[in-house]
Order: sequence, then structure tokens, then C-alpha cells
Amino acid sequence: MSTPSKPSLWARFRASDLGHAFLRSPGAMIAFGLLVLIMLAALFAPLIAPQDLRDATSFDLMDGFTPPFSANEFTGNFYLLGTDDQGRDMLSAVLFGLRASLIVGICAVALSALIGVTLGLIAGYAGGRVDAVIMRAADVQLAIPGILVALLIFGLTRSLLPTGLRDAMAIYVVILAIGLSDWVSYARTVRSAAMVEMRREYIQAAIMMGRPPRAILRRHLLPNVARPIFVIATINFALAVIAESTLSYLGAGLPPTQPSLGTLIRIGQQFLFSGEWWLLFFPGCVLLVLALSINLLGDWLRDTLNPRAVK
Amino acid sequence: MFLLRRLLQAIPVLLVTAFLSFAAFRFIGDPVQSMLGQDATAADRAELMAALGLDQPFPVQFWNFIVNVLHGDFGFSTRIGQPVLGLILDRLPATLELAVLSFVVALALGMILGVTTALKPQSWISRTVMAGSLIGVSLPNFLIGIGLIYVFSVQLGWLPAFGRGETVQIGWWSTGLLTVSGWKAILLPAISLSLFQVTLILRLVRAEMTEVLHSDHIRFARARGLPDRMVNFRYALKNTLVPVITVSGLQLGSIIAFAVVTETVFQWPGIGLLFINSVNFSDVPIMATYLLLTAVLFVVINLIVDLLYYLFDPRLRVKAAGR
Repeated sequence: MSTPSKPSLWARFRASDLGHAFLRSPGAMIAFGLLVLIMLAALFAPLIAPQDLRDATSFDLMDGFTPPFSANEFTGNFYLLGTDDQGRDMLSAVLFGLRASLIVGICAVALSALIGVTLGLIAGYAGGRVDAVIMRAADVQLAIPGILVALLIFGLTRSLLPTGLRDAMAIYVVILAIGLSDWVSYARTVRSAAMVEMRREYIQAAIMMGRPPRAILRRHLLPNVARPIFVIATINFALAVIAESTLSYLGAGLPPTQPSLGTLIRIGQQFLFSGEWWLLFFPGCVLLVLALSINLLGDWLRDTLNPRAVK
Repeated sequence: MFLLRRLLQAIPVLLVTAFLSFAAFRFIGDPVQSMLGQDATAADRAELMAALGLDQPFPVQFWNFIVNVLHGDFGFSTRIGQPVLGLILDRLPATLELAVLSFVVALALGMILGVTTALKPQSWISRTVMAGSLIGVSLPNFLIGIGLIYVFSVQLGWLPAFGRGETVQIGWWSTGLLTVSGWKAILLPAISLSLFQVTLILRLVRAEMTEVLHSDHIRFARARGLPDRMVNFRYALKNTLVPVITVSGLQLGSIIAFAVVTETVFQWPGIGLLFINSVNFSDVPIMATYLLLTAVLFVVINLIVDLLYYLFDPRLRVKAAGR
């Protein structure tokens, strides 16, 4: 007699509601495929990219403004996507830019989830005045568009730093700015879920047993309100990537020395009228595909999992 | 009564933002240092601090700050060295003209497209519009702006890619809406700024219209043999207006916010561009003032929207009177 083998991960995924819906939605599959491709390209950027952008000696000013798909007329060096004014390879720039954009997006989402979930749990657990203060703060912040909040946080934080450190610290400041501007949706959802859980008997029992509040929050409350957090995080990831590219495009983000997609587009726009279209075109296209695929996937996930979980 | 309660709720919000921008003024980017320069003696410093009232206790300083702000004194820009208020007033007309025009475009286009897609959901026009609006929502706004510049300025050469064109001075207000070049210049930024709002209003109008069209009073109106046009517009559209007004009114605030991005794309000389430059050059007084003004703006917009709600929906008035 053979023992029934444990179903593989793939089989379990196929059998689940989510997997079933996924395999029936070509849009979601294409978006997911593109996203995986983009993620892999960003992950392995240092291996794929012909040039290491972090090393200024690896590019040559003589190679500047080489058009894509052709060799430079002076040096004979070939660049698939051309080079910028300083002779940097655009393919490498786009790959590293993508990497920077995604790193900022992921870290910012993690930061805002951390802040939002913590505040939401505390508000739901404590209730009363603490709850009122946290939720009022959330209301005020929600009234002002996130991009303005992020710009203000970026500007003010940067003013606190000494001038020499500003470029080096830029990536942390951007993460901080986007992370702080985005916590409200987590806090609201977690708070309302926590308030429901608080009335349940197991929480009441834990309180009666004299468990310390920290343990109740972390061990009992958090695991039971965790599910919607992932949906919000996916959607906010799209928002964070767009926010990052917008900030960098405005010059209030990553500096040209460690560019993200937004920074590359900002630089490329300066050459739009002089005919060097590839400086703008390639980073623009990658950002376009990235934004569309995350958004499609996020929308699909929200509709499939729970249409009413978010906001 | 209703309005009074709303006003009272707004005051703490304003006080908190006032405090934040005061703290920014006072503690970020030392104001004394930036006014005196590098080589000032300790005596100079003490003198200036006394003159500015910075040697006084903290609550007194905060009070003075509020009094100054209410008198329109927001301090000096550290980068340009001029009073912040003057700089902002100079650039305000450009931003307001852009915001209002794109709001009008968004409202008109959003309503037309929304009604069209609701009345004929299966036609190819509706399908194209809906697909386009999905893409419009998910793309970063600046990318669309750059695309417009590429098509209409670089390739076709029809419209300018930056600036305001010729302006005419009327009192302190400089307007670009009286010259041909001004209209040409405002077209691309206004469209680019309105796109996000268009998709939002379009989806809202469509959803509301679809719901109303299935309700009993519309079916009854059709049964009475009223002409389609009258049913669709006098009966159906009118009932969708309340949520549309609320949402688009609230969006007026985010138009001003997104104007920061649009003004950068098109180098439009408004307060958004001023703000971005102050962020890039760490010009704290301008940032703090912008923070304060935005907060006031959002509070005022929320108040007006509440008031409109009250005017347009008689049920709210009855409820308030019955209490």
C-alpha cells in the first residue's frame, strides 16, 4: 500500500480559490509574468549589466551619446540601448535604476506596514483617548495627498542633514518619506479588525490570565488580523513605486549618481529636444510596464480576495 | 449650527499644522545663521536673536509666530532673500489659472464620458474609454505629461513645451488667458493635470448613472413615454450630481497638490514649482509656509464641500432641523 503523498505546493495552489481564479484570468497571469521578469532583472542587475554604474571608471566620456543598437562612431564600442551624455550604458542604467526603484518600494511598504499595523493594533487594543488621537492624526494625513506629505518629509528631513551627506543618505530619506506618508490605510484596517477581535472570548481570557499587553498584541491579536495586511501591501507597493519615481523625477529623490527610473527620466527629458530620445524612452517604457503590471495584479488581487477589505 | 460645528472641528487641525510649520521654521535650518552668514560674532547673534524674539520662552514664540502669520508675515526665503508672501503671491495666479482650467476640463470630460459609458455600456466607444481610464489611473502622471510634450511639442511643434506664454498684468494678478500664446501654453499642462480627475469623475458618474437608470422612478418616467433625452438628463443625471460634487470638490485639493508635478514637467511658473525648488534647495521658510497654506486650503475645501452637500441634499437639512 502506498501512503498518500503530501500534495505539492503547486497542486495546493491550483486547488485553492486564489489559484483557481488566477489560472482563469489571462490579465493577471500576464501581469504576474512581467512582474517576475522585472523582479529577476532587478535582482540580478549586477550580474547582467555590462557596466557597473557604481564604479565611475567603468564608463568613458568618449562613448557619450551613442545611439542604441549601434557602435560608437569614434571608439567602436557597441551598446545595446545606447549611452547617456557621460558615456554610461543605458541598459546598465535602466537595470540598476529598476533595482533602486524596487528596493525603495519594498522598504517603504515594509516601513509603512510596520508603523500602520503597530498604531492600528494599539488603537484597537487601547480604545478611548489613545484611539481618538491616532485616528484623528490618520484623518488629517488622509486629507492631504500622499505625494505632498512625502515631499514635505523629504524636504524637511534633508534640511536636517549636513550638505555632504545628502546624496549618500538620499535613499534612506526617500524610504522614510514614502513610508511615513502611507501608513493610514494599514492603521484603519487593522484597527477595525482588532476592535472586532477584542470582543472575542480568547482575548478576554488572555486579559483575565494577566498576559502583559505586549504579548496580547503580538501573540494573540496580530496573527488574527494579518490577512488583509497583505492585500493592502500589494496595492501600496504599486503606489510606493509610483511615488518613488515621481519624487525622483521631481529631483526630490535619488541623485543622478545612484539613479532610479524616475531620476533617469528626469535626466532624459533634458535631451528630448536635442534628439537623444533613447535616454528617456527606455527608462520610461520600463516604468510604464512596471506600473501597469503591479496595478493590474493589485486590482485583481483585491477583487478576488475581498472587495471590501480595503478602505 | 452645522457650519459652526464644522468650523470648531477645523481649528485643532490648523493649530497642529501651524505648530509643525513653526517647529520647522525654528529648529530646522538655523534662521539666525542663515540671516547673518558664516562669520558673525556671538554678540551679533545674541542681538539678532533678541530682535527676532528668539530669546523668549517657547509658548511666547509660538504665539508671536501665529500673530505674524495672521498679519501675512511668513518670514524670508533663505534662498532668494525676499519675503515668502510676496514670492507666493507672484506665482499664485499661474497655479490658480492652471488648477481651475483643468478642473473645468476634468468635470466636463468626466461627465460626458461617464454618461456615454453608462448609457451605452456595450458600444466600442465605452469599451475604449474604460480601458483607457484603467491605464490612465495606473500610470505616473509625469509620464503622461512627457508623452504629451513629445507628441505635440517635439514631433508636431504645435504647442510650447514649457512656460506660460505672454501674460497680461491686471492689478497684481498676471493672467495668461488673454493672449493666444498664453492659451497655447496652458493647454498641455491643463490636460495633463486633468487626466487623473477625468478618470475618477468618469468612473463615479458611470457607476452612479448605472445605478440610477435601474431605479423605479426612471422606469416609470420611461413608461410615461417621456423622451429619452429628458429621462437621461433631467431625471437620471440630476440624481447623480451630489456624490459627483463631493468627490470632485475634494479633488480640487489634490489638483493643487498634483500641480506640483505638472508644473515641474512643463516648467510652469506657479507655486508648485516654487515649492519643488525650495525642497531641492532646503529653503525651509517656503516649505513651512506651503505646509501651512495647504492645510488651510484643504480645511476650506472640506468646509465648502460640506456646505454644498447641505445645500444640494434637502434630506440633510430636514435631519438637522429635526434634531
